[in-house]
Amino acid sequence: MTVAAPVSRAAPLRIRGAFRQSGIGWIFILPFVVLFVVFYLGPLLVGIGMSFTDMRSTDVTDPLGVNLVGVDNYLRLMNDGAMRQAALNTVVFVVTALPLTIGLGLASAVLLNSGIARLPAVFFRLGYYLPSITSIIGIAVAWKFLLEPEAGLVNRLLELVGLQGPNWLQDQSTALPSIIVMTAWRSFGFDMVVLLAALQTIPRELYEAAEVDGAGRWARFRSVTVPALRPVLLFCTVYSSVGFMQFLEEPLVMTRGGPLNSTLSASLAIFGQFGVGNYGYAGAAATVLFTVIVALAVLQLRLGRNR
Amino acid sequence: MSRTRRQRAVVYLGLSAGLVLVVGPFLWTALSSVKPEREIRRDPPTFWPETFTLDNFAELFQRVDIGTAFVNSLLIALVLVATNLLFCSMVGYAFAKLSFRGKNLAFGLVLVQLAIPAIVLMVPQFVLIARLGMVNTFLGIILPAVVAPIGVFMMRQFISDLPDELIDAARVDGAREFRIFFTIIMPLCGPALATLGLITFLSSWNNFLWPAVVAQSESMYTLPVALNILNGNEGTHYNLLVAGSVVVIAPILFLFVFLQRFFIQGIATTGLK
Repeated sequence: MTVAAPVSRAAPLRIRGAFRQSGIGWIFILPFVVLFVVFYLGPLLVGIGMSFTDMRSTDVTDPLGVNLVGVDNYLRLMNDGAMRQAALNTVVFVVTALPLTIGLGLASAVLLNSGIARLPAVFFRLGYYLPSITSIIGIAVAWKFLLEPEAGLVNRLLELVGLQGPNWLQDQSTALPSIIVMTAWRSFGFDMVVLLAALQTIPRELYEAAEVDGAGRWARFRSVTVPALRPVLLFCTVYSSVGFMQFLEEPLVMTRGGPLNSTLSASLAIFGQFGVGNYGYAGAAATVLFTVIVALAVLQLRLGRNR
Repeated sequence: MSRTRRQRAVVYLGLSAGLVLVVGPFLWTALSSVKPEREIRRDPPTFWPETFTLDNFAELFQRVDIGTAFVNSLLIALVLVATNLLFCSMVGYAFAKLSFRGKNLAFGLVLVQLAIPAIVLMVPQFVLIARLGMVNTFLGIILPAVVAPIGVFMMRQFISDLPDELIDAARVDGAREFRIFFTIIMPLCGPALATLGLITFLSSWNNFLWPAVVAQSESMYTLPVALNILNGNEGTHYNLLVAGSVVVIAPILFLFVFLQRFFIQGIATTGLK
């Protein structure tokens, strides 16, 4: 995340002011602190604790019915075929949707920055950005319709050129790829806006100097553009990975995780376990997912900064 | 010269093709929502509706209480906009301009909250809400989002850039911190508040997971929850589904067209959605 380093500002030197501020500062941030402790920190810790119990939905009113089961939930997780499938699907989803999304974002940003007129540039930018701010449920429903085997637009268009399109969302080999393409379609506009803003800060002189040195178009892209975009590309990578690791609404609406769990995501599996009341088990799966997400983000930041 | 012109033409062509691919699905969905069900299924398909009808919307309103869901979505979003405008700027002001013990630690908590995935909190947050007796209530849906960390972050950035002299001068005059905040800081935050309001409205309007967990009866559904239920019950009635999709997406499109300046500013200033 582009979390800027806290700007250190010299505290006002007036002693009286500083003294009065210590209390007042906490009063100002109280709404945040209280809600953070009650709705975030508390539940996060309780959730981790819950993952070592056999808590079920029926235990909410009767906490005494909960038993400690140690790491049983975690062991069960490792031997649960559906959960393993969900983990695999999530990995496949992230490693394919991520480069696709960032690639499309980068390509469109570079094209928009290649000196086209201002008004069309604004127009394209708004259009491309549109899907990323609309309801994912609404989008998923619309795409389910587009991919419908008979009445759907995609297969109708394929028909026009004489091709018989598959039953995209009901076929094990095409269901997850369909969702991946939809996700890239929906998400690249965000990366584009962020990358475009960064592209516009690269000084023209750098390109001119590279050209004088005899660098071609591709060489200029590799030696000027990409290095300048490194921090922003890193941000997009971390931000999108964290989001993609949690994908849930797309398969929920479009496939319910099927056919044969081929689109079941980690989040959707957790949501399902929650739905049937297995709170302890869902908590264990969520804890694993959380750990993986944090580890991945830290790893990406390390690699991205050190290279 | 002709070479660069040709290149420019290729760029425009590529961008336009991309735009068709991006906007096409929206357009197709919108056009389908005003076609009768027969026409939606007709082969070969019609692009422009041959018969224009609002029957799909009328039927949609009968199948699920989409009117109530719309009002719920709107109410929840507006309440959250109000609380976030007030609290995020208060908290942001404290982080930007006040010095107090434990400030860095407290700001660290903002970043921690920003980083915790929703799916991880879902189960324990629900248990908490259940213990508090807030399942299936507005309060239950709203409370966890009253002060969004991204808003705090954004307001802190913005207020940091305001000159300290303004505040110091008011302090010399003996103004209390709350007065300084409400009469000096808040009026200067206009553009940031507009962006924050928009971001908050959007994320509340589009939010699915938490409302889906808390809302358990039709009278509490928000639009995305209602649409998901409709999709589950009437999964093959595409005339209803596209109409529902339009009801969820159209208000955002409307906002987007009129307020696009603030949308782009939102990501430009925070680097975040």
